[in-house]
Amino acid sequence: MRDIAPARFYALHLAVIAVLFALNFLLPAYHHGLMARILVLAVFAMGYNMLFGYAGLLSLGHSMFFAAGLYGAGLAVVHLGWGAPPAFAAGLACGAVLSLVIGLLSLRTSGVAFMIVTMMFAQVFYLAILYFAPWTGGDQGLVVPRQARVLTIGDQPFDLADPQVRYLTALALFAAVLLACLALVRSRYGRVLVAIRENEERTTMLGYDTFSNKLAAVVVSGTICAAAGAAYALLFGYVGSNFAGVQYSILPLLWVLVGGAATTLGPLLGTLTMYYVIDVASGYTTAYLLVVGVVLILLVLFFPKGILGSVRQRWLGWLP
Amino acid sequence: MKPLLTTSGLSRRFGGLRAVDDVDFTLMPGEIRGIIGPNGAGKTTFVSLLCGRILPSTGTVMFDGADITGLPAFRRVRRGIAYTFQITSVFAKLSAYDNVALPVQRRLSDSRSTASIRSGVMGALERTGLADRASMPAGELAYGHQRLLEVAMGLALKPRLLILDEPTQGLSDGEIENFIDLVRDIARDATVLIIEHNMPVVMQLAGRITVFDAGRILAEGTPHEIRADLRVQDAYLGTQHG
Amino acid sequence: MAFGPHLLLATLEGLVSAAVLSLTALGLSLVFGVMRIVNVAHGEFFMLGAVLAWAIASTLGGHPALGFFAALVLSPLIVGAIAWASERLVLSRLNYDPEATIVATIGLLYIIQQLALTFYGPEARPVAPPFSYRLSLPWFGYSAYKLSVVAAAIVLLLSVWLVLTRTKIGLVMRATQYDRETAQAFAIPVERVYAGVFALGAMLAAIAAVLIVPISQAHYLMGQDPLLLSFIVVIIGGLGSLRGTLVAALLIGLSDGIVSMFFSPTLAKMIATLLVAMVLVFRPQGLFGATQR
Repeated sequence: MRDIAPARFYALHLAVIAVLFALNFLLPAYHHGLMARILVLAVFAMGYNMLFGYAGLLSLGHSMFFAAGLYGAGLAVVHLGWGAPPAFAAGLACGAVLSLVIGLLSLRTSGVAFMIVTMMFAQVFYLAILYFAPWTGGDQGLVVPRQARVLTIGDQPFDLADPQVRYLTALALFAAVLLACLALVRSRYGRVLVAIRENEERTTMLGYDTFSNKLAAVVVSGTICAAAGAAYALLFGYVGSNFAGVQYSILPLLWVLVGGAATTLGPLLGTLTMYYVIDVASGYTTAYLLVVGVVLILLVLFFPKGILGSVRQRWLGWLP
Repeated sequence: MKPLLTTSGLSRRFGGLRAVDDVDFTLMPGEIRGIIGPNGAGKTTFVSLLCGRILPSTGTVMFDGADITGLPAFRRVRRGIAYTFQITSVFAKLSAYDNVALPVQRRLSDSRSTASIRSGVMGALERTGLADRASMPAGELAYGHQRLLEVAMGLALKPRLLILDEPTQGLSDGEIENFIDLVRDIARDATVLIIEHNMPVVMQLAGRITVFDAGRILAEGTPHEIRADLRVQDAYLGTQHG
Repeated sequence: MAFGPHLLLATLEGLVSAAVLSLTALGLSLVFGVMRIVNVAHGEFFMLGAVLAWAIASTLGGHPALGFFAALVLSPLIVGAIAWASERLVLSRLNYDPEATIVATIGLLYIIQQLALTFYGPEARPVAPPFSYRLSLPWFGYSAYKLSVVAAAIVLLLSVWLVLTRTKIGLVMRATQYDRETAQAFAIPVERVYAGVFALGAMLAAIAAVLIVPISQAHYLMGQDPLLLSFIVVIIGGLGSLRGTLVAALLIGLSDGIVSMFFSPTLAKMIATLLVAMVLVFRPQGLFGATQR
């Protein structure tokens, strides 16, 4: 398994990125906008997948990490008047610190208790956003002013609200996170995470401090999710408490399950699939959550491995 | 010569049951020590206390002159105590190679090269005769090979003390022969503590044998002495050999 | 109003929420205790109970008591049947794997919620109480119906407790809880017990909801707070411990009623949730629960 040339992995992933780059010039306006959003949310899903897919820890509170990035970046712009790059960094930092604290606390539990505890911490975070409405805008949310959403490279300013710039920025973030995830899961650390997922006690008895390894996984995962949140605030100009709600903890789980847990490209595929399923369904009914519910149940019943998980099992055993 | 491992007054209670009761135990470097005893005598609990999978109610464990009583399991492993599980618990979905790579990369965490991991892994796989199965998922190996993979993972840690918990359980006679040779080979550079039900295996391998009964040490001595010990015959051997 | 009467009013309100909460939480706790699964859709069974109560009462018309008592019987039965069916069709096929079950019950939650929105609509609608007598206390009048809710809850809790401890059904349930395989060996129909317990848990939530609709209206999102509060109660009381569940329900119900009368409800909820999460982190067996085996 280890002997397959790494070139093959990177070729596949670079090809995916190239296709996404080509789509920037090919997609009609509506789908172009949708796709930019999907790329950012796929980063969120990739962050979730690091913890759920590879380390085997099912969190029901990841909306708080996304929201930490979202509000970290958004509030830095609105209240501190920061520019886009430092605001993005602020979002990342908020996500990293929050995930470190949450990890230290919630990793004392495991299994069902871990799921409930993460859900509760996320609920506290959500309520805090509502409670501190004077700063956060409460359930109305805040609009991130357009003049702050500018990325200056050299002397050239790029308006992040411009569809082309927005798409390409989203793609750049997506590509960076995708390649980083690929490198991570193929690294020694990735092997340790999978070992912890498969049998934690055995991993301990090989001399691994599983707590620290899991904590690192929570922080990596939380920071990636925060990156998605921060990018969302800056690219789409809106910061809202609904992104901190329970629903946004369930959605990345759904996307990862659909695409295939513990596959590098599964999160993108799952996000893409579900976004279009819901987009089509909402043409017929306003009750798109019904679709989410039905898909969740069908998945756990019949396709627990998701799309890419099944593909890997049947045809392409080498898929990372 | 200083002992490698000593316990004094080591006890572990589960509710009202004294699984391990006030055990003083000494292990010298280079030994192959057998641990025998009837089912429920506390053998597995005892070695679990040594490797830190469970913590003692009272008593101390000294390893290489240092008190390791309160040390978490992974730190004891890093100090050189390796434990192979009684119930085969290899990582079924990972390849045999990856299974052994986990302990190797842990030990080599200072050196970064893939080549040194590869040579470490293949070394352990070759010693256990699994080299040609390196790329197979561990879960698809034959049972006997999974037991050997357990041992290979233990070996790959380059332990100073290797604890084998009923390693020959479920192996065929031919496999047991090879296994005895393997343990002798390992014992050239590590101390071995082996829990074993198969009497001929213990008698052949062990330099000394400790007999457990009801959580306490009933007797200790050479295989010859243990065979001659009347109390042991009563408690254990007597029932086994009729 | 002076502080004393104000506190009395808050305590009475707290007792009513404690009564409803203990029934709901008992349902969640039974399911967790016997089946070792967490039912995230529990709050939706509560909501369904309330919505069905409105549907039944408004279909029947006539005297409010007629509609109410019809709802009190029919609504839990319908909810129980739905729970039974979803247990047979989905949960049993997942082999009660804890994580898969949570994902599946999240799916169930969305389905029930959206169906309620589609067929019942986004409005909040009341059900008339069976009687509207008001007790006149020296400082304020108080609804006799609210007090009868407390009484009904006590009667129901007692009967559940009697069933669990004194009857063969209870023995079978406890045996299944203790050890599934052994229970099977003793010819206990574990599958039927599981389906029955899941249905019973949902019915308790539905009964609680029917009792509360005359006080607070039926709405398709009303399941969220009871779910969170039930979680809190079950965790503080110790997962799977019935006595702990009751004590915790009383504690949470009373303090929720009292606290939310004096503080911002958002802050109260925030602090309560944080405290409960900390209980789970640092004392997973609950504040009252004994260490589980």
